[in-house]
Amino acid sequence: METVLCWVFGVLAVVSGFLVFRLDSMARVTFALLASFLFVAFEVMSLGLNYLGAVLVLMMVMEMVIMAVFMIMYMMNPAGLMPMAMYHNKAAAMSISVGTFVVLAAGVLLVDWPERVGRPPADPTGALGRELMGAQMPTMMTLGLVLFATILATVTLSTRRGRYDRFGSGLRDRPADPVPGGIGTASTGAAGTETGGRR
Amino acid sequence: MADTPLWWAVFLPAVLRVFTFGAVAFDSLLAARAAGASAVGGLSAPLRETARLLVTQRRTTRSADPVLWRAGVALVPLAALSAALVLPLGGRAVADPAVGIVWFNAMEILAWAAVWMAGWGPNPAFSLVGGYRFVAQGLAYELPRMFALITAATAAGSLRVGGVVEAQSGGWFVVWMPVAFAVYLISAVAMAFRPPFDAPVGRDLAGGAAAELSGVDRLVFLGGRWVLFVVAAALSVPLFLGGGAGPVLPPWLWTLVKTAVVVLSLVWLARRFPTVRMDRFAEFSWVVLLPVVLAQALLVSVLVLVR
Repeated sequence: METVLCWVFGVLAVVSGFLVFRLDSMARVTFALLASFLFVAFEVMSLGLNYLGAVLVLMMVMEMVIMAVFMIMYMMNPAGLMPMAMYHNKAAAMSISVGTFVVLAAGVLLVDWPERVGRPPADPTGALGRELMGAQMPTMMTLGLVLFATILATVTLSTRRGRYDRFGSGLRDRPADPVPGGIGTASTGAAGTETGGRR
Repeated sequence: MADTPLWWAVFLPAVLRVFTFGAVAFDSLLAARAAGASAVGGLSAPLRETARLLVTQRRTTRSADPVLWRAGVALVPLAALSAALVLPLGGRAVADPAVGIVWFNAMEILAWAAVWMAGWGPNPAFSLVGGYRFVAQGLAYELPRMFALITAATAAGSLRVGGVVEAQSGGWFVVWMPVAFAVYLISAVAMAFRPPFDAPVGRDLAGGAAAELSGVDRLVFLGGRWVLFVVAAALSVPLFLGGGAGPVLPPWLWTLVKTAVVVLSLVWLARRFPTVRMDRFAEFSWVVLLPVVLAQALLVSVLVLVR
């Protein structure tokens, strides 16, 4: 039963991944990609890595919904609303990508797999985490903090408006935002100077 | 936790149906009372509406994307049902996996994709704007919600819903994490885009994401929204209100009573507020809710460490 499910999810993941390049609507392409990710997540779950599988579902749904907005917004044709293709130079692109897939898949089948020693651990997620991260855990933690600090610093440095533009020189006024609803950091072009002149 | 018999998988949707109908009927009763109409008419309105939708023709629009449209509509109740699998009733659930809370959250967030798909599918501007509204609000709903869930899981030291219930034998989590409880309930209503967070299907958009839905599509989408709301509210009972704990009555009955109280109070409260302006809530969520729930998570983590 598990083997059958494993195969079904695997084939569906590949098929929906292929559909990403065959469908002609950006919205459908996005959700085909999401479907592919979800089948991979189910595959991960069927390996006993329930936590990773559930987190994959969670993150991929959130990510692809946000991606849908951006992919449609930045599509070459107006708003991504018209029929489109995900690739150019169709014949070559298709043969190269299908060829690469076949080569990689053949590698999986042809390579000599080692005999299994021992049994799967009681907590595969924890074991996988220790195996992957192990000694690098402090590095990864530091890296995470540095990345996050970089994001914050970039946004802070790149925004034109600061809290004085927002709350006035005494920081006591009601917030004046060009686009209400944010926390006053997002603004472009002349919007800052326009609202800055309010007081 | 005891082994669960297979028939629970059939039993769960039946219980959910009863609860959802109760919530809809209560809402409709409140609406009838507010309008000065008869209470009986109010109570039976959902039944009449269901019958009407079942015989109404499905609408089709020009240049629609039927695949995404129908998938989005069907995904709303499906997401709710899959999330409901981990809901315990008196010490038993259809499934009680070790990652129950993450599963619940992951299934619930499918509704996010669903509303966008349902808004995109039919192709008119109003329903598309409705779908985008939900996406734009999603992070403001979801981030505080995740931290509220994490707080309960941290206190219990387990992501298993059953484990969280067992951890509350000494005292309900709502007592020492009231902020997380409040944030959870707010975001539960918001993720089900129920009033006062109903901007994605708001009247100013002629129904928003649901504008072009009629007949059975409308029934599935709006009914699914109610189920999603009931399921999201129901998980607050095992997470914060001690699950089935209580005197005299058996645990399953306590679970039902608590769930009914939470659901009905949320329905009642929803009618006391106008639709929340999205920009105001986004700011409130990022500037107030998120820091407050983070402070709550920090406090609970410290308490767990020193205990």
